[in-house]
Amino acid sequence: MEISLVAEPVIKILGFNLTNSLFTSLILTIFLLGFSFAFADTKLKLIPESHSLQNILEFIFEGLISIFQTAAGEKTRIFFPLAATYFIYIILGNWIGLLPGFGSIGLNEIISGKEVLVPLFRGVTADINTTLALALISVALIQYYGFKSLGLGYLKKYFNFKGPIDFFVGILELVSEFSKIISFAFRLFGNIFAGEVLLTVMAFLFPFILPLPFLGLELFVGLIQALVFTMLSLVFLKLATSHH
Amino acid sequence: MAAEVAAQIDLKSLAVALAIAVGALGPGLAIGQIGGKGLEAIGRNPEASDKIQTAMILGIAFAEAVAIYCLVIALVLNFT
Repeated sequence: MEISLVAEPVIKILGFNLTNSLFTSLILTIFLLGFSFAFADTKLKLIPESHSLQNILEFIFEGLISIFQTAAGEKTRIFFPLAATYFIYIILGNWIGLLPGFGSIGLNEIISGKEVLVPLFRGVTADINTTLALALISVALIQYYGFKSLGLGYLKKYFNFKGPIDFFVGILELVSEFSKIISFAFRLFGNIFAGEVLLTVMAFLFPFILPLPFLGLELFVGLIQALVFTMLSLVFLKLATSHH
Repeated sequence: MAAEVAAQIDLKSLAVALAIAVGALGPGLAIGQIGGKGLEAIGRNPEASDKIQTAMILGIAFAEAVAIYCLVIALVLNFT
């Protein structure tokens, strides 16, 4: 039973090490882009016919808008592309690690004297690099939208010279921006990686009926973590763009 | 001849176990309280149950995140 905290490089091209989770995320991205471009070619009807792809996608779209409206209020239209991208990418990245073949299909390599199986595929968000990247993008975009809507007045949130207590609160806000990065990254990584470890251990114990409820749990956790990441980003975006 | 068995405490395993055990205490209590308050609110006002449920799930995910931080430390300690 091999569980690795870090994603191992599986493809080495021109000195660049492609890790297994990066490889999986490339496959996922190509799939999503291909689907989007293929769907963009179809003629959209004003009233879609039942059981058509347009109907299903409109259902998902409206569901996402109604969920985001509880967090973002009237700024939903501005932030919807960003939030929907986070949601779709993270939920598919979480769920793709549950497919058969992930963690079992791999290459036998010799690392530090022992022969281990290096899996060829690994869940996209089970890698701290991916979640750290998503967290950095989210916090950077919060600052960007803050400056874009409030101008330089956005800095008044952090450097508030009205009094000693306000100054201290401003410094705390600055520190909490950095803690947001850590919190986003570790919440997503911890949930998904712990789920992978749990599934590996359960499959190792008794591979026949026992992993089933844990697979269901992982589906649920994947959905909830995507939702939490998206809603939290929306809440912080709304806080950053609102006049105090 | 009494064989001397030196009792060796494997501190690393102890640290791993304690990290997740103690780290799950606080979030466990917190999630219980959040769930309790949420259910109470739904009971008082069943019409707003959709909003309450969304906010409750969000609150539970935050509380669980703290337990996940401890789990990550335990996993890092275990695998290095």
